[in-house]
Amino acid sequence: MNQVNRNTKAKGVNRRQFLATSAKAGCAMGLLGLGVTGVAKQSSHLDPLAIRPPGALTEDDFLSACVRCGLCVEACPYDTLKLARWFEGVPTGTPYFTARTVPCEMCEDIPCVKACPSGSLDHSLTEINESKMGIAVLIDEKNCLNFKGLRCDVCYRVCPLIDEAITLERQHNQRSDHHAMFLPTVNSDSCTGCGKCEHVCVLEESAIRVLPTHIALGKTASHDTYMNTEETTLEMLNKGLTL
Amino acid sequence: MNSKSMSNTANARFAQAAIDELGWWRAHKFLFLRRASQLCVLLAFAIGPWFGLWLLKGNLSSSELLATIPLSDPLATLQVLMTGHWPELSLLLGAAIIALFYLVTGGRVFCSWVCPVNLVTDTASWLRRKLHLPRTSEMPRNLRYYLLAVVLLMPLFSGIAAWEWVNPVPVVYRALLFGAGSSLWILAAIFLLDLFISERAWCGHLCPTGAMFALLGKASPVKISAVNAKDCDNCMDCFEICPERQVLKPALKGKNPMITDSDCTQCGRCIDVCAQRVFQYQNRIALKAENNQ
Repeated sequence: MNQVNRNTKAKGVNRRQFLATSAKAGCAMGLLGLGVTGVAKQSSHLDPLAIRPPGALTEDDFLSACVRCGLCVEACPYDTLKLARWFEGVPTGTPYFTARTVPCEMCEDIPCVKACPSGSLDHSLTEINESKMGIAVLIDEKNCLNFKGLRCDVCYRVCPLIDEAITLERQHNQRSDHHAMFLPTVNSDSCTGCGKCEHVCVLEESAIRVLPTHIALGKTASHDTYMNTEETTLEMLNKGLTL
Repeated sequence: MNSKSMSNTANARFAQAAIDELGWWRAHKFLFLRRASQLCVLLAFAIGPWFGLWLLKGNLSSSELLATIPLSDPLATLQVLMTGHWPELSLLLGAAIIALFYLVTGGRVFCSWVCPVNLVTDTASWLRRKLHLPRTSEMPRNLRYYLLAVVLLMPLFSGIAAWEWVNPVPVVYRALLFGAGSSLWILAAIFLLDLFISERAWCGHLCPTGAMFALLGKASPVKISAVNAKDCDNCMDCFEICPERQVLKPALKGKNPMITDSDCTQCGRCIDVCAQRVFQYQNRIALKAENNQ
């Protein structure tokens, strides 16, 4: 092999040079690729208060699909959606909204999803009430006016799925021992994460906030077992249940 | 490519001979047409969000023409495919339409007639000439093909379309259409790279979008040709201005006067700056038909 190289009169590039250059370029590009991927991975942790449009795939899948064209943003009739900028805590160029500023208005025809060319907003979502942009969480019971025994109820009244996604649970007011408290309670199965409750909360900082589903919801470990107590009888227990 | 001695002694001002011979306007004709084209494309997108006239929605990554015809960046689409996500048909169709368009018009026509980054790198190159900065370059020009490979492989391993974090091509559009001005640091970085570190570093050596369009345009019928190569007086003005000057020599000095190298962006500046009118746009399929008759 050495002989071949020595004997080759280099016209342009000989084999050794070619291999050396390829190796150099390959290494440089490999490092660059790692760097860019690293930056991308690092900055792909979404700010918890930034919410994706309806129908958005799970964050990882969303980031593999979204081409950042802004068609969903331009399709949104309410100025809800924004395209993320650099240094904003949302992967640059991807769509999001901040519920406290402008919530999702729950258009029945879901124009943002229809506009998405890549399917990062899932086109099989046709019923806006089934969207899961996030889950509302009453994050601060201490400052929530209803927990103080007042009848604020604003988040409950503005909810597009009133009495489904947010209900008022009546409880005895221990403090006065005389009145009732009506506690806003989110039903996570129905909540779409539109953020209207967060938007209207009368406090300076909202006591109810829409969070990404993976932050808002707990998850049972897969090795845990669940016993359906309603269908379990004493007889079954005595026999020793096969769980 | 030792042009310094010749061009410095020949004229105090760059392309003075062409300006004297043809007049200032004709010596800048394709430059102006190009700027007009870049601006028109940008405006076609911008009049939507600015004035509510929706000719084109979206941006260069993906868009919709007159609310019906999808257009998308083939590179972005390929990245999405490489992550394993199967997109909606409109993205694939859009990418196919754009690919076909540049297949016909000549791949890197995108770079010089549409891409907004071209404005930045041309400005850097112009400043470089004005400031008499030395022509230090020589990153390998095929680096862009390596980078293209990296861009397409990254999503395969990471599962995300990672290049879109730093891709400078849609940055201007996002800044103007969606107010995403903080992404402009990427363009600033490219400007400084081109100005102070390596001549024509971005468009001429690195940009994977350009590399992809170069590959697409290999077979295109529209080419620039040194039709009057015999009139060339070696003034070197075309070498001075050409963003891919390695493509000129084979056409000027070789047997085939046509610039067949797909790195040529077909910007037409070589036509502008040549007092001898050596270069011309030509349609090589029409030419072939003519020759056969």
